Amino acid sequence: MHRSLCCFGLLSLAANVSAEYSGNVAIETQHYSESAQFDDQFDDNVTLSFQPKWDGEWNDGDDLWSLEFFLRADNKDAGREHADVREALWLHVDGDSEWRVGINTMFWGVTESQHLVDVINQIDQVEGIDGEDKLGQPMIHLKRYQDWGVVDLLLLPAFRERTFQEKQGRLRTPLVVDTDQAQYESSDEDRHLDYSLRFSQTWGDLDLGLSWFKGTSRDPLLLAGFDGAGNPALIPFYEQMEQLGIDAQLIYLDWIWRLEFIRREAESNDYNAYTAGFEYTFYGIMESAVDLGMLLEYSSDDRPEGEAGAFDNDVFLGARFAFNDAQSSEILAGFVIDSDNRSRTFRVEGNRRFGESWKGTLELQTFSNIDPDDVLAVFENDDFVLLEMAYYF
Amino acid sequence: MFNVKSLIVLTCIAFPMTAFAQSPEEKGLEIAMAAKAYDRGFTDFTANMVMTLKNKSGQTSKRLIRIRSLEVEGDGDKSLSIFDEPADVKGTKMLTYSHGLEADDQWLYLPALKKVKRISSRNKSGPFMGSTFAFEDLSSQEVEKYTYKYLRDEACGELSCYVIERYPAYKFSGYTRQIAWIDTEAYRMVKVEFYDRKKSLLKTLVSSDFQQFLGHYWRPGLMDMVNHQTGKSTLLEWKDYEFKTGLGDRDFRSQTLKRIK
Repeated sequence: MHRSLCCFGLLSLAANVSAEYSGNVAIETQHYSESAQFDDQFDDNVTLSFQPKWDGEWNDGDDLWSLEFFLRADNKDAGREHADVREALWLHVDGDSEWRVGINTMFWGVTESQHLVDVINQIDQVEGIDGEDKLGQPMIHLKRYQDWGVVDLLLLPAFRERTFQEKQGRLRTPLVVDTDQAQYESSDEDRHLDYSLRFSQTWGDLDLGLSWFKGTSRDPLLLAGFDGAGNPALIPFYEQMEQLGIDAQLIYLDWIWRLEFIRREAESNDYNAYTAGFEYTFYGIMESAVDLGMLLEYSSDDRPEGEAGAFDNDVFLGARFAFNDAQSSEILAGFVIDSDNRSRTFRVEGNRRFGESWKGTLELQTFSNIDPDDVLAVFENDDFVLLEMAYYF
Repeated sequence: MFNVKSLIVLTCIAFPMTAFAQSPEEKGLEIAMAAKAYDRGFTDFTANMVMTLKNKSGQTSKRLIRIRSLEVEGDGDKSLSIFDEPADVKGTKMLTYSHGLEADDQWLYLPALKKVKRISSRNKSGPFMGSTFAFEDLSSQEVEKYTYKYLRDEACGELSCYVIERYPAYKFSGYTRQIAWIDTEAYRMVKVEFYDRKKSLLKTLVSSDFQQFLGHYWRPGLMDMVNHQTGKSTLLEWKDYEFKTGLGDRDFRSQTLKRIK
């Protein structure tokens, strides 16, 4: 009796669950214009990626499910060849509460040049050094809407290690990072229970977020050591940390002002860092449909020189062109300049649609006038151009 | 003072408008108010939109967008656009709280970054998705967005129309004036001509294939916007209209953009 009831229930459930399939498959070629700084690094590469997604809902949209994978095949850089579950999620809506259980990828914060506040997901660093590609994070997440704001409470029961290039890869440290030997401050290692709380609210043209995180730092310290074969290598060490974050955005006329601030406390360092700046948009420049946004952001990090990140005292100056055409063409170009030592990185990224289903992306990045003591010195010979053609379905 | 005001109001109600020598401006405003009043109370609607962009040489490209809209008393409507095609923007969502004479509030969900981004929307004259429609052409009709002038009555197809001129009151509008043909029976806007900042004819919108919903509300099935200066045009085909679907404020929150299907 019970069994038949259960099966009947499952059947009717299956009949009412919607499912949709989408995603993209992309081919990417990279060319590095200067000869490599370290042994074994490649100059040219062709790689493939595949990102399928399935999602759907039942119970009139009060329950939703999603499944998203990312796979990359790369025959020259074994570190870049990887597969990840970006999402495997059940979401339940109960009035003003939302429950998410499973693996999810989320984005917090507002600034363009770096993402200080965004600490829930680990960075999929082999996919890009801008921190915008992320690994799926297992979580139980409660979101609650109140008149006075939105509260997010997250329990993060498992940790994801950062991805690193292996020795053939470009944009790596002189010594290869041996991810097999990752170490943790906590004896729970990658099963430490992390938690996070966020409050966010909109008042007119102002958006404000306050967040707090306690648990395993997503940013490893890299310690000198040896790999399995006895060669010198870097060993990632994941500390425990506590972080308070503030993110704010204010829209005023054609200006958007943005701020991200963090206070992070860990065994190795207690420090403050922030990124602040604006975007000003000129609409329909020269009587065309093209909008031009000018971006300026300043970043500071009060850790001592050598321990701070790439954005320790840096200015980001950028321009964003939105062509507003049928192909949705866009170009974002920008410099990051270190105010202390004048090290410069330049990056331009353009993309447009071809036909109804293809999208092409062209990316160029240069590192110039890099100070030997700057964090970026390891990338000094890694100027590259990248072309990607992606088919969306 | 109070009594004098009340008396004026009462007089206006008591006497039919023809009893007064009405200025063209007053008559234009009256038509706009009547059109808004006719449409009031639709509460909410959902619809599917096929948008076909056509350039000068006849090449076309297509977008599929699902629209959800919520009527807001005393302010502009809330609306949500969910993009299904082209495939590279699938899952992109745009949420707009429109306001008559102020900048709208607008959020965009970008599926590639899984990020909700609040965007500046003071400029409503930019093209929507590369089409010949500007954001301001697609936003909700509010009386205070224009000042008006009645021009004439004129036959428009099988209907008869009021022809009114309207002047955008929004400082950052892309237009100096519009001429609208509104049918005298149910206030269907069958044609609009748009004049740019240099006062020359920029675009013409022709709406057709009107259908009536809930026995009252009329909506066009086709909207064709031709840009005379670039030779481009955009055709909107509206399908699957549903009214009073039970949508509420809860369905138009920026924080829920990511999960909405």
